[in-house]
Amino acid sequence: MARAITTQKKIMWTVLSWGIGLLIFFPIMWTFLTSFKTEATAISDPPVWFFFDWTLENYAAVLERSNYPLALTNSIVIALGSTLLGILIAVPAAWAMAFVPGKRTKDVLLWMLSTKMLPAVGVLYPLVLIAKYFDIMDSRILLVMILMLINLPIIVWMLYTYFREIPGEILEAARMDGANLKNEIIYVLTPMALPGIASTILLNIILAWNEAFWTIILTTVNAAPLTKFIASFSAPEGLFYAKLSAASIMAIAPILIMGWFSQKQLVRGLTFGAVK
Amino acid sequence: MATEHSRSSARLMIAPAVFVLLVWMLVPLIMTLYFSFADYRPLRATFETWIGFDNYASFLTSSSFLSSIGTTLWMVGSILMITIVGGVLLALLLDRPMFGQGIVRILVIAPFFVMPTVSALVWKNMFFNVDNGLFSYLFKFFGAQPFDFLSQLPLFSIVVIVAWQWLPFATLILLTAVQSLSSEQLEAAEMDGAPALSRFWYIILPHLSRAITVVILIQTIFLLSIFAEIFVTTNGAFGTRTLTYLVYQRVLESQNIGLGSAGGIIAVILANIVAIFLMRIVGKNLDN
Amino acid sequence: MGRITLDKVQKKFGEAEVIPPLDLTIEDGEFVVFVGPSGCGKSTLLRLIAGLEDVTNGEIRIDGNPATNLPPAKRGLAMVFQSYALYPHMSVRKNIAFPMKMAGMDQAEQDRRITKAAEALNLTDYLDRRPGQLSGGQRQRVAIGRAIVREPAAFLFDEPLSNLDAALRVGMRMEISELHAKLQTTMVYVTHDQVEAMTMADKIVVLRAGHIEQVGSPLELYHSPRNTFVASFIGSPKMNLLTGDIARSHDATTIGIRPEHLDVVERDGTFVGRVGVSEHLGSDTFFHVHIPQMEEPMTVRAGGEVGLRHGDTIHLHPQADKIHRFDAQGLRVA
Repeated sequence: MARAITTQKKIMWTVLSWGIGLLIFFPIMWTFLTSFKTEATAISDPPVWFFFDWTLENYAAVLERSNYPLALTNSIVIALGSTLLGILIAVPAAWAMAFVPGKRTKDVLLWMLSTKMLPAVGVLYPLVLIAKYFDIMDSRILLVMILMLINLPIIVWMLYTYFREIPGEILEAARMDGANLKNEIIYVLTPMALPGIASTILLNIILAWNEAFWTIILTTVNAAPLTKFIASFSAPEGLFYAKLSAASIMAIAPILIMGWFSQKQLVRGLTFGAVK
Repeated sequence: MATEHSRSSARLMIAPAVFVLLVWMLVPLIMTLYFSFADYRPLRATFETWIGFDNYASFLTSSSFLSSIGTTLWMVGSILMITIVGGVLLALLLDRPMFGQGIVRILVIAPFFVMPTVSALVWKNMFFNVDNGLFSYLFKFFGAQPFDFLSQLPLFSIVVIVAWQWLPFATLILLTAVQSLSSEQLEAAEMDGAPALSRFWYIILPHLSRAITVVILIQTIFLLSIFAEIFVTTNGAFGTRTLTYLVYQRVLESQNIGLGSAGGIIAVILANIVAIFLMRIVGKNLDN
Repeated sequence: MGRITLDKVQKKFGEAEVIPPLDLTIEDGEFVVFVGPSGCGKSTLLRLIAGLEDVTNGEIRIDGNPATNLPPAKRGLAMVFQSYALYPHMSVRKNIAFPMKMAGMDQAEQDRRITKAAEALNLTDYLDRRPGQLSGGQRQRVAIGRAIVREPAAFLFDEPLSNLDAALRVGMRMEISELHAKLQTTMVYVTHDQVEAMTMADKIVVLRAGHIEQVGSPLELYHSPRNTFVASFIGSPKMNLLTGDIARSHDATTIGIRPEHLDVVERDGTFVGRVGVSEHLGSDTFFHVHIPQMEEPMTVRAGGEVGLRHGDTIHLHPQADKIHRFDAQGLRVA
């Protein structure tokens, strides 16, 4: 708004927004603080805030648990694998739909979207059966494929909206300038599409990383990613708040940072272009 | 521009995506449909391929189905209420001029990126726990009795957890919509003598209506399949068994595949009703 | 060389015929402007010449060689697009170099041509910027630079000035005209703005619904429009077209009188009316005159200092030799 606003008002909004912002952020903040406490301090009455002996012992303890590094590896493999596989299938499709739209392009897009809305429980047992039949229960490949499939509509859709923003005149200009299809793709299309592809990858890594239905149900130990690993804390013994916090922080930190970078794409990716 | 040649290569480029999604959608769904008409209980080694609509009948008439529908509606409905109302207010607030807007945005959006199992466990243990949770300290501080949220108010507790995760999503989308409202429109209304509340009611809210609809539909689709939050907090006990969770239990815990599959098909039908509305909005948007 | 011949060229989109079979010759070195209202097919015609659209029927020849089925790049033409169509991820230098790079030209020659083009277009200081950092006029120049370096047989311009503001448009108009004077290369220019057509063209092609209404030099079109459409399209303000008794008295169905060919007289004018809106431009004044027998007000050009006000009575007298006569089909009567 091109209007002068009084500093007083601005300070008021600032205080209010920061107050609410910190309140919403508090659970994450508290988890972060707790992860550096000893188990005893973690449940001390009254709670301690900043002034305690900060320790890294919880992180060490979690890392020592044999299955943490495995879970982390699984999360990375599954999130990256499913996203990249999805991109591989989606790029040509989105490309074709954006640049050579036909009469049914819109229907195909909407149909793809509709598969995203299929409730997981509707296909739960058949998938278990199929996985057992191919002997891929609790394997990374199974989760890579399933997460690729559930996120493929979002990937296609996001790429499509990005590709569609590349003006047709630029491709025509390249053709006039003597570029053949190969050069058109290498020198013009790909560089212009890369930012869109990058944000699509980013958002889908986040979605895959946090997926917590199939990852919990279809894994036991070998392919269990962090979602499942954390869930194993739900039936704990003894004092465990600080360790739970440390494990949680390690599980969410990378994605939190990626998420902050992908705020804008998030809106676009999750509303399928319906809100701009 | 689009020649015959480019059209056929376009079809070839779309084919893999269409194929995998088609297989993904049809094969398991047809299997589920097939099982839903069968009496299939592997633990008892029962497999009778055709028992008609018995599974549907017993699933639909069971008290657990009706209560699961009630639970689902309560859960989804109250989460939608909280996130939409909270999201509109937060979006308007974050649109105000202030210092450090970017940082506040980052703080507010953060919960959305926390994996469901982590947020559920953090809330369950560090906030709701009757012995050591922060809320208990808070209650004691004000001289009240500590309160066991998860066993006394289990549904409410889960609503709080999930609403905390989804409020950022609603806020972010509504904020995007708020920012697309031209300030000239608001200034025109101000010139026309509309007070702040009328401006909100007659200009801002109608402008947001589309974004609100989109948020409601998308959240509904995701919320209908809430799983991890229930799994790690109550495991479906104390009246927190949603339709999704009920089907999961029938299929994987009691291994009554026929009954569970019938439930699964019912869930698919219900989700599709919501999906149709969302598709309409998205489809309209594709045209312009 | 750049002689472009269209021989019975036809374009259909599905069932819709956008360009009915059409013949046209563009001579080497000519500045030809396609002008017409939006949707008249002028851009489509340009894109057919460029090779960006397939010709449905007929033949296009460039310098006598058949080009109908040649891909755009092989036709030796360069195009400047309405949106400029610069590559946003490349610097100005790389944008200009792109067609030469595609042609596999050696680096030294590329650099020489870039330097020359940049000097001619005042882009030397901006060579390392991205298009996003340039103003509209500068982007326009880059697009022209990218076309120049190819030393094409002909330049094609698709409404290149429509995204610029009024002042810049006048400047760029002159620059393009000067460029043409210097290069003496064929230029085909599409616009909906008759002022651009009149000021720049050697030859104007007036199009309506895919049909060529008239081809000729700006003055030919101004002095002897072939029909009422061309008559009212060319010239600013528009020609006054009159029907009824006054037209019959000239043995025509419609007569046309340009605003500049009506004299304001003291009394006994052919037309007597009331002054409506007047537009004072300083050098000229345009009066919109309401005449009782006519539905539409007449536009009159008068000197800058004519002291008539809204509501005053005005007497007008047409210059007899400047009256255009049209028959019932709207065609010019000689």
